[in-house]
Amino acid sequence: MDSLNTYLFIAAILFSLGLFGVITRRNGVAVLMGIELILNSANLNFLAFAKYGGMNMSGHIFALFVIIMAAAEAAVALAIIINIYNNFRTINVDDVRGLRQ
Amino acid sequence: MMIDATFWFIVLLTLGSALMVVMNEKLLYSAIALLFTLFGVAALYVFLWADFLAGVQVVIYVGGILVLIIFGIMLTNRITSVNISHTSVQRGIGGFAVLGVLVVLGLMILNTPWHQVEYIEPAQTTATIGTLLMMEYLLPFEVASLLLLAALIGAAMLSRRAE
Repeated sequence: MDSLNTYLFIAAILFSLGLFGVITRRNGVAVLMGIELILNSANLNFLAFAKYGGMNMSGHIFALFVIIMAAAEAAVALAIIINIYNNFRTINVDDVRGLRQ
Repeated sequence: MMIDATFWFIVLLTLGSALMVVMNEKLLYSAIALLFTLFGVAALYVFLWADFLAGVQVVIYVGGILVLIIFGIMLTNRITSVNISHTSVQRGIGGFAVLGVLVVLGLMILNTPWHQVEYIEPAQTTATIGTLLMMEYLLPFEVASLLLLAALIGAAMLSRRAE
């Protein structure tokens, strides 16, 4: 278990699942969940390379900034989704096409 | 032996609940599955000697982002309507494309000679992270705080009811 490749494979599978969620889900909130999975897999990669590259702490700092960015992204994305819901009465991202109404 | 079993259990929990997140028909179940995925990833951080990051993951992701997502689900569906559900489209072709991506990533992982250095486990990482944030990464740190402030104000602006 204790090898770099194990973690890289786990992160790759997590990334693929997140990508699958983003491209097949049509609900805006569900797409957001897929994006969270992708961000987590990226973080896993950062920390795996930090550990096996001689405990380079820059990886930890990067992971920290990714988490901060994810928090900001989730807040703004949900504000946008709620606005879309108020305007269109749906959050199906395929139905949201009109630029003005 | 014991630690191996724990590790593979956590991996199974993380990936299994991640599959639930993207496959489940009920949106609220997806959110609950995401909770287990995030906890699993936090546990993997501990295996990667990132104790501070594991704590941050639990506090920000589980305590913050997941609650926001559940709020989003509740606010964009009528609670009284039974099916807070959502459909997926083009699962077949989407799964095929994602499988292709996974195969390419796997081949890339196996064929790249990664730079690896042996290192002993540090006692804690918090002090080093704090020093780095205040010395080398001071500017990104300040920019991140500005980003959070902008996101806070922007989200409040966007979700405010129009006069």
